[in-house]
Amino acid sequence: MARAAISGRLIWRLGRVVELVDETPRCKSLVLELPDWRGHRAGQHVDVRLTAEDGYQAERSYSIASAPEDEHVVLTVERLEDGEVSPYLTEVLRPGDELELRGPIGGYFVWESSQGGPLLMIAGGSGVVPFRAMLRHWAASRRAVRARLLYSSRTLEDTIYRKELERVAEEGADVQLTLTRQWPADWRGHRGRVDRDLLAEVAWPPQQRPLVYICGPTAFVEAVAEALVDAGHEPGRIKTERFGPTGA
Amino acid sequence: MEALDGNAIAGQLFEYFGNEMTTAFGTCAHCGTRAPIAELVVYARAPGAVVRCRHCGNVVMVLVPVRGELRVYSSAFRMEQGSGANGPSGQHRDEKTE
Repeated sequence: MARAAISGRLIWRLGRVVELVDETPRCKSLVLELPDWRGHRAGQHVDVRLTAEDGYQAERSYSIASAPEDEHVVLTVERLEDGEVSPYLTEVLRPGDELELRGPIGGYFVWESSQGGPLLMIAGGSGVVPFRAMLRHWAASRRAVRARLLYSSRTLEDTIYRKELERVAEEGADVQLTLTRQWPADWRGHRGRVDRDLLAEVAWPPQQRPLVYICGPTAFVEAVAEALVDAGHEPGRIKTERFGPTGA
Repeated sequence: MEALDGNAIAGQLFEYFGNEMTTAFGTCAHCGTRAPIAELVVYARAPGAVVRCRHCGNVVMVLVPVRGELRVYSSAFRMEQGSGANGPSGQHRDEKTE
């Protein structure tokens, strides 16, 4: 029963918004001060709860964008036009406001430096959020393994963390961007969706046994995971996280 | 609606079992496929969720809030002891009975 002794209750707590950062026209990062935060692992998420005056509550999960080593917990939220929670978080919330959340949650889609590598991260759209946490954790843990991010975004304007990704590339991570809808005339990155040809070019060969993390919309994750398994990657070294609008 | 995966119900399962559950392995009672909860197919139309086996598509788990309390029906997913599963009484049960 030692296990029961260490298992805790997941309690709702209040965080204070320290800063809001515009990442793209539709995405904002919420920098939060969380007293008594017991730490997290890169890739975990939190549940955020909003309560209306009449008592109605809505909950959503958001990946943590900050590394365990960072001072504040950061969430990056994409505004969904018909969403219940994201419009509030991206348009109404102001520095100094409080936000109710619980976490950290999840132990599966997690990378810790002790797991080794090579670390291959494949993101579709806002699926890049947990990879910001992993890349920052990778940088903080002295970059002991090779790390590569393949990030599929519709346009350059929709690309989240552009400056940060440039910086982490300077630190030695291999960051490869593919734009699927439109690209600048002088664009030197990849163009088009993440398909088998692009994976053959960018993913390490299966013999190098990369630890693969795929995060994005369901169809994206399933197409990429299937292509990697068909190419000979071990299913047991591929971890996936699908996201999409949930709730009523 | 679009299917997600077991990561999407991590918070609810933690609330019910008192432990992180998405890394727990179990076996589908319909087809025998073994998988961690994180890899199961989840239709999360809040406030409940239906969970299906990724291999055969049959329902292996249902999460239902009843008067503010979450209930988890998981008799079709045989969870392995010691792989994260830790039921309300220290062992997995199909339904909270207290």
